[in-house]
Amino acid sequence: MVQNSLILSAFLFAIGTAGVVFRRNAIILFMCVELMLNAVNLAFVAFSRTVGIDGQVFVFFVMAVAAAEAAVGLAIVISIFRHTETVDMKNFNLLRW
Amino acid sequence: MNHLIPTINVADLLWWVFASLAVGGGIGMVTRRNPVASLLFLVLSFFSLAAIYVLLQAHFIAALQIIVYAGAILVLFLFTIMLLNLGHDYQSDLRGGLWIVWGFTTAGIIGFVLSRLFITTDAVQTGRGGAVIDAAMQDQNAVGAIADPLFRDFVIPFELTSILLLVAIIGAVLLAKRRV
Repeated sequence: MVQNSLILSAFLFAIGTAGVVFRRNAIILFMCVELMLNAVNLAFVAFSRTVGIDGQVFVFFVMAVAAAEAAVGLAIVISIFRHTETVDMKNFNLLRW
Repeated sequence: MNHLIPTINVADLLWWVFASLAVGGGIGMVTRRNPVASLLFLVLSFFSLAAIYVLLQAHFIAALQIIVYAGAILVLFLFTIMLLNLGHDYQSDLRGGLWIVWGFTTAGIIGFVLSRLFITTDAVQTGRGGAVIDAAMQDQNAVGAIADPLFRDFVIPFELTSILLLVAIIGAVLLAKRRV
């Protein structure tokens, strides 16, 4: 079950990566990043079955960082939506060039 | 007469059910056009991951997954979608052409390399952390088993996390409230 969970986490990470590339909606992009963070959490929990409880403590920290990232990221999305009236990534090129 | 039925471990069966729900939720999230539907698929995926954490004997992490992720973070996403009134936005935002090729290539390479790495890793076969965790959970119950190393070995990262959350709160308020 540990090995299967690790492979599942690799699959979920790949799905999240594909979503980040495929979609242009900024909020769905953030959701894909959350899915990738969850895949990493699953790998940590699965490795905690072999390495020890430290893996589960790391999941705790990853969750705190994910909450901070979601709050700041969504604030940026709202702030850009006020300028452009859309959340499409093609308008998010202020820092690109 | 029982020998006709192959013996299936219930935990393994449940693992496969929830793993397929998690992958299906992830694929549904990437492919749905409506952001609200996409988010609800992600909630399904996160609940299935919580069930898998329970099957891996990480009960406290499973509770955190439901309370913090499905309860707080995804509701924050839902609030934002409804605040910006994106729920009626049915126009497709999928990229086309080379992006699709690039996306499948990247996802394929990452999935292949990671699963190959995880299949061949030695720690899965040799580690004995599971027995240690089970003993600690017998001794101190599910919360104590995590709280003990968290407040003994990881005190400084724990305090730094509180500073990180404070910075995030102030940053989010400043960014979202600024007059334009």
